[in-house]
Amino acid sequence: MVRLMTVDRLPEVVVIGAGVVGAACAWYAARAGLRVTVVDRGPVAGGTTGAGEGNILVSDKPAGPELELARLSVRCWRDLADAVEGFEYDPKGGLVVAGSAAALDGLRATASGQRERGVTATEVRPDELHEHEPHLADDLAGGMYYPEDAQVQPAAAAARLLRDARAHGAAVRPNVEVTGVLRSRDGLAGVRTSAGDVPAGAVVNAAGTWGGEIAALAGVDVPVLPRRGFVLVTEPLPPGVVRHKVYAAEYVSDVASDDASLQSSPVIESTAAGPVLLGSSRERVGFNRTLSVPALRRIAAHAVRLFPVLAGADVLRAYRGFRPYCPDHLPVIGPDARCPGLYHACGHEGAGVGLAAATGHVVARALTGHPPGTDPTPFLPERFG
Amino acid sequence: MSDTFDFDGRAVPFEPGQTVGAALIADGVRSWRTTRGRARPRGIFCGIGVCFDCLVTVDGAPNRRACLVPATTDLPVRSQEGTGHDDLDV
Repeated sequence: MVRLMTVDRLPEVVVIGAGVVGAACAWYAARAGLRVTVVDRGPVAGGTTGAGEGNILVSDKPAGPELELARLSVRCWRDLADAVEGFEYDPKGGLVVAGSAAALDGLRATASGQRERGVTATEVRPDELHEHEPHLADDLAGGMYYPEDAQVQPAAAAARLLRDARAHGAAVRPNVEVTGVLRSRDGLAGVRTSAGDVPAGAVVNAAGTWGGEIAALAGVDVPVLPRRGFVLVTEPLPPGVVRHKVYAAEYVSDVASDDASLQSSPVIESTAAGPVLLGSSRERVGFNRTLSVPALRRIAAHAVRLFPVLAGADVLRAYRGFRPYCPDHLPVIGPDARCPGLYHACGHEGAGVGLAAATGHVVARALTGHPPGTDPTPFLPERFG
Repeated sequence: MSDTFDFDGRAVPFEPGQTVGAALIADGVRSWRTTRGRARPRGIFCGIGVCFDCLVTVDGAPNRRACLVPATTDLPVRSQEGTGHDDLDV
């Protein structure tokens, strides 16, 4: 016997995943007039969203498809912050710093390509660095300032977007696990869940690091794997101690690396509440949640290298999460031609918060049959064959 | 005659092994810091080191948890305003 999940009205779209990407998909789809139901096997922002820092960056993306998506996302987040308040949106700008002349050359080359795509990147001479960040180490080779970089509180962003989507007719069902898919002759016809079946014409896979499992339920291959990262949280510090999103030029090459062992480069930003977040580390160790003292030690040492003043700050706690990465380091976004009715919105690696808004926009445009604001081709799932 | 520590310029008695927070409470002090946003008073809340509400400046170091720091005669205790890190403000 078929048991249907109890909802007021049957949805047209089921979004799997109540992280920031699923929330953005639900928000844009609901605002486009679609009836949306969001399900998540856990709570809102219970996965990687709740373990992130909340960065919206163009600065760390060299010219290419992901930069185009990031540029769109910067604009989309600005719109979201106007339409939906309460998630600490802060267009604080990003400062990428170089410790050596070679690293500075790399920054210049990256910025040159980004400028051709319309990104604002201003070189900062060593003697000007302190005008941007008074506590920065005084032996750096220079930096690049990106005024378009911004920050949000990711869990709050997911929650606020979902609340607003509900005000526009969406249903949000946490603690409901997808256990299978419903099929019709034409493709997917909904999902089977722990709370009953949910028939729907479209299914959005926004399951983040677990997106590969959802794809497998639908019989298609989407290779999303976990890349562990730790973040240290300091005691609250005065607002002026760290002003921008500040990170080292080496961060960009760390992200692009295919090395499985521990990589660490400093990424530092303050939060509205006062604590400063110190990242970052990258390791491919599956879903192992064990606290890694070597990783924490390196994050702390790197942070103090950039901001010597942090040596006197206490760390209150550390958290970890699992970035959803694909082998080609691009997210998986859009309709799956191998399985009509299935749409993907996962695999954003460490850029999920930043790219969430554009992802929601692109997915909603695909769901309603409209052209998106950027070329979606590089993100289509068929690239995995 | 029990030992005492200096709290904002006056002597607060404590028993051996007692924490700064416990000694302050026992002496009738209910709050010893103000919050960062609205300068609201704060003292002991959880009392077991979890909530970070009872922060206090001990021997010049801000944000010590009063419920965890053992009271000693030679560590002066100061009530704390905001982050306690005004020295870092620029």
